[in-house]
Amino acid sequence: MTKFSKSQINQNFDDLHKPLNRLQAITEASRCTYCYEAPCITACPTSIDIPTFIHQIRSENIKGAAQTILSENILGGTCARACPTEILCEQACVRNHDQGKPVEIGLLQRFAVDTFLDADQPHPFKRAEPSGKRVAAVGAGPAGLAFAHRAALLGHQVVIFEAEAKPGGLNEYGLAAYKMANNFAQREVDFLMQVGGIEIQHSQRLGDNLSLAQLRQDFDGVFIGVGLAANHQLGIPGENLPGVEDATNFIATLRQTADKSSLPAGENLVVIGGGNTAIDAAVQAKRLGSANVTLVYRRGEEYMGATAWEIDLARKNGVVILLWAKPIAIHGGDAAAAIVLEKTALLEGTLQGTGNTLTIPADKVLKAVGQKYALADEPSLDLAKGKIWVNERFETNLPGVFAGGDCVHLGEDLTVQAVEHGKRAAHAMGRYLFTISALEI
Amino acid sequence: MTNLHCNIAGIDSINPFWLASAPPTDKYINVKRAFDAGWGGVVWKTLGIDPPVINTSSRYGVHHDRSRGILGINNIELISDRPLAINLAEIEQIRREYPDRVVIGSMMAPIEKSAWQELAVKIANSGVHGLELNFGCPHGMCERGMGSAIGQVPEMVEQVTRWVRQAVDLPVFTKLTPNITNILWSAEAAQRGGCHGLALINTVNSITSVDLDLMAPTPTVDGKGTHGGYCGSAVKPIALNMVAEIARNAETKQMTISAIGGIETWRDAAEFIALGASGLQVCTAAMLYGFRIVEDMKAGLQNFMAEKGYAHLDDFRGKAVANTVDWNDLNLNFDSKAFIKQAQCIGCGRCHIACEDTSHQAIRFDTNSQGLRRFTVLDDHCVGCNLCAHVCPVPDCIEMRTVDNGQPRLTWPQHPKNPLRTDVPVSKNTEV
Repeated sequence: MTKFSKSQINQNFDDLHKPLNRLQAITEASRCTYCYEAPCITACPTSIDIPTFIHQIRSENIKGAAQTILSENILGGTCARACPTEILCEQACVRNHDQGKPVEIGLLQRFAVDTFLDADQPHPFKRAEPSGKRVAAVGAGPAGLAFAHRAALLGHQVVIFEAEAKPGGLNEYGLAAYKMANNFAQREVDFLMQVGGIEIQHSQRLGDNLSLAQLRQDFDGVFIGVGLAANHQLGIPGENLPGVEDATNFIATLRQTADKSSLPAGENLVVIGGGNTAIDAAVQAKRLGSANVTLVYRRGEEYMGATAWEIDLARKNGVVILLWAKPIAIHGGDAAAAIVLEKTALLEGTLQGTGNTLTIPADKVLKAVGQKYALADEPSLDLAKGKIWVNERFETNLPGVFAGGDCVHLGEDLTVQAVEHGKRAAHAMGRYLFTISALEI
Repeated sequence: MTNLHCNIAGIDSINPFWLASAPPTDKYINVKRAFDAGWGGVVWKTLGIDPPVINTSSRYGVHHDRSRGILGINNIELISDRPLAINLAEIEQIRREYPDRVVIGSMMAPIEKSAWQELAVKIANSGVHGLELNFGCPHGMCERGMGSAIGQVPEMVEQVTRWVRQAVDLPVFTKLTPNITNILWSAEAAQRGGCHGLALINTVNSITSVDLDLMAPTPTVDGKGTHGGYCGSAVKPIALNMVAEIARNAETKQMTISAIGGIETWRDAAEFIALGASGLQVCTAAMLYGFRIVEDMKAGLQNFMAEKGYAHLDDFRGKAVANTVDWNDLNLNFDSKAFIKQAQCIGCGRCHIACEDTSHQAIRFDTNSQGLRRFTVLDDHCVGCNLCAHVCPVPDCIEMRTVDNGQPRLTWPQHPKNPLRTDVPVSKNTEV
């Protein structure tokens, strides 16, 4: 039984932030001081020239603003929606100091990119002369797409091999629905593909029907951007009961269901974890109509991976956040019915169970305790911290094989970071291909 | 207790705020609403000889700032387009209903003695307190030999002013156009003609924008545009200078000035009074916000006066005139340096790039290991130009501090580097 009507549920997954209209955008843009060597640029992993694009909005050169954004970040539309701006560009905004409130950079970026896309203009970037090189990207997520676009601009022919049925990676399957309303992920991929020279092959999974060795033979260069496809498990009794699933799976199902009111909303839903995935799962469960949603995290709020803004969003949506508790068992007959939690405490610097337990009803348990690199059995790639090792040029230990995004050991697991990795890897691969060609001559 | 009561060219007014001759004073209902809102007087929209003029549809152009605030507007409207008799009857009515408020009749006629004198007498008979001669309108009327076509020729200014003075026994204001090379020529001409007061400035000739789709200046009338009269906040600096030029000129400094030009707040009003204005006329601000804006003009002016200890407007009228001098009277030994108050600095770098690119490379930009951006003035390079303080988005963050260099006052005529030096500086020891 859900407490929302069908139309209400679908409305619940509409844009969380309403986009700015033209007047709002120009007014907000006028708050920007047009800083010199602006701190927001430094704070942006893709180094978008933020003061310039905001100035362009102010001068009503919206097309120019979109070009400024997209030239550094071809997925600027998704990043405008999904970036935790509160810990990136907006945190660095100087307006925090005198007005106590940053310029709404994310919303302005969305305004510029959306206005540009809505105008249905020709693709704004031109490819270089054909380089004669063919390169492959594994994974059509943010890293692979950004790599492919930049490689295509450099004149290469690109084939993307994607495991899933749709491109986009987390943009399509992983971000909360209310951040990516109106099928934006696919719309953005369509726009990106307009550059030309990129082909996507679906249902191609590395380590399954796709081999790295073969790719290295068939292509001049390979970029791996496979993300983190596996989930950490709880390792507790009852974990395999029906009703217990990975939060990423829950979110992917929700994202792929057009009429979200057709999905069952658990009466008592428990999310385990403290990151943004946990928040995305909990808030969406609440918006789907679950009566009681409890987010359980084993430490205090200050240790949560989710940003303060996301935690606040969860509370505003009626999610109960239970801190200093960890799951020790899931009970139930045919399916999950309750979860046993043990209170925790920091004793002499280590997190320990206190022996005090509580049991709460849980007909659905979502696990969001982190994702991990899933191709650890690809023996030829060196790993670091359980992920693919790369140097500062995003080269793996294999010549001609580059990697970026969440699957490499560098940087934070952010969409915008993945875009930057893909972009830089494309340039690094370009230099590599050029050097190899020169040696061959 | 402060008092805004004043006397302008012999006319008593409960406050110095009059509405200028323009659409807001076009007819009875507007003027009634203005008086109910608290305005001290109005200059009725310019009256001409029948038949009335025809006005266009599409009359105003605009110069917006980037937040859709209005810096200025221009207009291509002509004088009153209603029959003279209707205007005069309404003036009589409003005079009866609001005996403590001032009504001035603005007028314009072809350059013929009889035309000006007959019209002046008719308007005077309606009971106005005075007449204002519109020699300023820079569009339309000037093409018919009126408005600025008269105001731009000092001899005509003098002649027409004299004709009207001979015809009526009322205070006469001559309204001056700013579209000239030297405002003193027309001010002195009006004085020779015998005016009781000057009203300035009229609007500035302008094109506010070009419609890039129609490829025509705005406001467009059926695909074509014409230059119009620019007014509002943007023209205030021009008006302040012209008022000051008259107020500090030996020949004209005794003249009564009713100041016009971008007055939007009490502060604007106080600035014009400090430069010698006796009265103030407002139009654009009322057109943008309605007549209610006079409330803050009055209250703000009174609060300012109370704070400074001025009981009457006369207590500070003209107080800034003596300090408005020729460049040659400025002290070249005066030295000031920018000082950035670090606690207030938000780190935007605007001061740095303005100085670095366009001034004297006097602001250093350092980033420490924590990424903190710090801007510091290099005193040896700073010439005290004020640019950084102006571009800084935080008020009072950059302060211009006077350097006590122990040097005596030294002007250009006294300066050793002046090849035409005539004056020898007074030595510091002998200075009183």
